[in-house]
Amino acid sequence: MSELLVESCGALTTVQDAGRFGLRRFGVSPAGAMDATALARANALVGNALDTAAIEFCLMGGRFCLEGGPALIAFSGTSANATAGGRALDADSSMLVHAGEHLVIGPVREGVYAYLAIAGGIRLAPDMGSRSVHRRSGIGGRPLQRGDRLPLADDAGEAQPRSLPPAEALGNAPIRLILGPQDDLFTERALKTLFREEFAISAQVDPMGCRLEGPKIEHSSGFNIISDGIVQGSVQVPGDGQPIVLLRDGQTTGGYPKIATVISADLDRFAQLPPGSAVRFHLVTREEALTLAKARAQKIASFHECAKPLAIESPADALFSSNLISGVTNAFAFDHM
Amino acid sequence: MSPRTSSGFCAESSLAIQSWSEGREQAARSPSPRLLACGDAALSVEFGNEIDEGLNDRVLALDAALGKAAIPGLVETVPTYRSLLACYDPVTDVDGLKQRILALSGDAADEPRRIRRWRVPVVYGGAFGPDLDAVAERHGMTPDEVIALHAGATYRVYMIGFMPGFAYLGGLDARLETPRRLQPRLKTPAQSVSIGGAQAAISSVEAPSGWHLLGRTPARSFMPGRDPGFLFAAGDEIRFEPTPPKHWDELDAAAARGEPVIGCEIA
Repeated sequence: MSELLVESCGALTTVQDAGRFGLRRFGVSPAGAMDATALARANALVGNALDTAAIEFCLMGGRFCLEGGPALIAFSGTSANATAGGRALDADSSMLVHAGEHLVIGPVREGVYAYLAIAGGIRLAPDMGSRSVHRRSGIGGRPLQRGDRLPLADDAGEAQPRSLPPAEALGNAPIRLILGPQDDLFTERALKTLFREEFAISAQVDPMGCRLEGPKIEHSSGFNIISDGIVQGSVQVPGDGQPIVLLRDGQTTGGYPKIATVISADLDRFAQLPPGSAVRFHLVTREEALTLAKARAQKIASFHECAKPLAIESPADALFSSNLISGVTNAFAFDHM
Repeated sequence: MSPRTSSGFCAESSLAIQSWSEGREQAARSPSPRLLACGDAALSVEFGNEIDEGLNDRVLALDAALGKAAIPGLVETVPTYRSLLACYDPVTDVDGLKQRILALSGDAADEPRRIRRWRVPVVYGGAFGPDLDAVAERHGMTPDEVIALHAGATYRVYMIGFMPGFAYLGGLDARLETPRRLQPRLKTPAQSVSIGGAQAAISSVEAPSGWHLLGRTPARSFMPGRDPGFLFAAGDEIRFEPTPPKHWDELDAAAARGEPVIGCEIA
């Protein structure tokens, strides 16, 4: 059996897939890749289903050794230097790596998160329906450490190397928000401040949430509500008026008013904003958000069609290797009800 | 909802059935809930703005009805005190979803709600409940009187939130209402049994807290790898059973092995 041996890695290096759904009612947020688009890209390059578990890097890179047999791998994100077997690993194509070769991923640049996908995925047992590490509860295990061995598929080396057109730059366009659910608990001035002023990602950012620095957001009457549900992207404002944006591992309920929520199409881009970077917010309607959500779903679903085989092969092989599975599946989990 | 029951933590046969006729009359008179956007992938169905059993009943009834309806695009629901969070796929027809939710909000009380009644062992005071004496002094009681009031009440799990398996309870005797600590503790142990304001709680993992720690239960409301991983759910009833400190080690060891140390009352 092939394995990927962890020789070193940053403290927040984890295994992530598209997340774990159905446990919010027990206080467990979905977790999952902080940048689901980048995860899908890496998976498309190795011919995996787009929500297959991969390694997520957070700011720091890592060093690995492939053991047992060959594997097709792909890196999605920007790194100072990424090599496999001494060969440069670019972010737009997959590469066949042989047993005994090393994978070296340098620090993440132009963002926070990057992904390493392996054909056939990481064959750890799912925990409560997902392989995502939920960093707060330990569901799905813990962050990777030196000496860990990740089991790989036996045929990881048989997939066809592919390439994709370059990823769109993350850019610094405003992050789009929908008002609510408690925008009525803020002053008119608070809303103007949120959408006109510039904020900064503070050093207090982790997979649970991100505290913003900037002008104070003013409540109209107190800052305690009866605790209710919170989602990824919720912009909650505690008593000090400094907003906190909840992320994938965030708490599931909370008692501070939530003035607005990041739209789903912008969550990946928001999560990639490094500490210290500036951020502006732009108000959109639900209809605009729906159009953007559909565009994002289409873009992700197109990764498989767009991933072109790198080498010339017989037409029959090309047809065989052109994986037509598309779309990110949501783990509908109603067995708990 | 029915969490897995294979381990004997709470057998199906011991479920109590509560009449819903009272709740149904209430629901018939109640106004439609407010639907609040939580971004483009969730909405909050808000039935009111207070901590109230009737409102929570409506939350739980809608939760059950949506679970049964299995609406395409609806990913999961989260019952909280007075509102239900409904998470959906952002490309779903949200107007259709809202109509279904409003329709189900009115007539969701057709079936009796099944209530699980947990008996939770608690070792009170000392190192297990470092705030017991201070709470007693504050209210002019003896520690035993505080224990009697705390263990004499029947609590409702209003919601699970904040941390995995953390249970927010209503039903605290008014004589025990205690403002939260001015200085929250940065760490409180898992399995703490505490009170804060008019609420009570059972914690699940080590966490900061400003609530008053009256005792500790050996029961793990959340335990990864155990079946079931979670014990309590919104709508359950809880009663606390005072347990002598000398039983702690044995019960705690059993719980750590994943064995049940907690019972369901048979109605």
